[in-house]
Amino acid sequence: MRSTVILFRRELGLAWAGGGGPSLAVGFYVAVATLAPISAAAGAWRAGGAAAALAWLVLVLASLLSLERLFERDFEDGALDLLALGPAPLEAVALVKSVAHFTAVSAPLALAAPVVAIALGATPRVAPMVLATAAIGGLAFAFVGALGAALALGSRRGGLIVALIVLPLIAPPVIFGGGAIEACRAGLAWRPALMLLLAWTLGAAALCPFLTAAAWRNASS
Amino acid sequence: MVIATLEAEKLSAMRGDRRLFEAVSFTLSAGEALALTGPNGSGKTTLLRMIAGFIAPSEGALRFRGPDGPIEAAEARSFDLHLLGHQDGLKGGRLAREEVVFQALWMGGDAPSALAAAERLGLGRVLALPVRNLSAGQRRRLALARLIAARRSLWLLDEPLAPLDAEHRALFGELMGAHLAGGGLIAAAVHDPLPIVARSLELDG
Repeated sequence: MRSTVILFRRELGLAWAGGGGPSLAVGFYVAVATLAPISAAAGAWRAGGAAAALAWLVLVLASLLSLERLFERDFEDGALDLLALGPAPLEAVALVKSVAHFTAVSAPLALAAPVVAIALGATPRVAPMVLATAAIGGLAFAFVGALGAALALGSRRGGLIVALIVLPLIAPPVIFGGGAIEACRAGLAWRPALMLLLAWTLGAAALCPFLTAAAWRNASS
Repeated sequence: MVIATLEAEKLSAMRGDRRLFEAVSFTLSAGEALALTGPNGSGKTTLLRMIAGFIAPSEGALRFRGPDGPIEAAEARSFDLHLLGHQDGLKGGRLAREEVVFQALWMGGDAPSALAAAERLGLGRVLALPVRNLSAGQRRRLALARLIAARRSLWLLDEPLAPLDAEHRALFGELMGAHLAGGGLIAAAVHDPLPIVARSLELDG
């Protein structure tokens, strides 16, 4: 237990060091979201649910951005060997790293999401729902993203491969999250979609650390 | 949970289709050091990583024993073994102090002993610097600090002396001697002779 706290604090320190993860991801998020209205005819998509949906989609892409950093450096500089020989099993290391990634990157993104959605023209009424889906979905992206990053270890151009591995896997939470936001906007029952998103996230949280650890062991041998 | 004996029985390693070594057997007991020698590519690093559990032997078996009988390999590796390879796991962007404390804590030591170990290795003045500003020898000493700060019986060392100057080779020799005297075990891949009494095991490739 003590070792997981030590690791968590180090991971947060690493994520924040050197102008890394959080500011990069949030910056990317805001920049792409700013480009969107310029690329479309003004107001063409505002009437529909597109504004909130776009805020959600760009958030998904921004979540993928820093996944490559999650393990690749530890793999290249030997830190992964050190982590493997510590008192905590690799599965726990994967869990801690995923949660730290969520705290450092996904949580700031989730906080930015309602602002981005409203700035794009979504009705303020959906803001809480955008925040909720971004937070819950962000946790799912962190766990699945960790798995993708571990599977891509040792390959060149890992970042692109991570995105290709992860994108199909996160289609379900993207659909559930988008569904919840749209239902909320249209005044329909949003609870089922949100519950499905939560269920999928919990499933990912339970399963992914084991798969991630297995992928690591394979990469280190 | 303390490793008293490491037994290797007829270990073989394959890398792809190539056989690195075959039927390597040895027994290493508390207080003993083993120097692995052999040309580049003969499998010294592979053997060390095999003992650490990263690579499964293609044939043969490894057994860890404590004073009172066998220990699970996974337990021995998680609690009583240090591996120091070519890559030290230190993060260039973090301060030397942060890194040495993290590595020592993670391996079961505490912060004061990590800082004391760094002092002992002559790193007191560089602890406040980012790791990337350290020389190769200083980095190696920073990585060595965790061996002293976190007590674990079996040290697996891959070319531990390579970047060190004569003074620090002698110092590390003393520290290895103290570790053996305290019941430790050392297996080291080396090209130069170790500064301690060690049996030699040659992998001829």
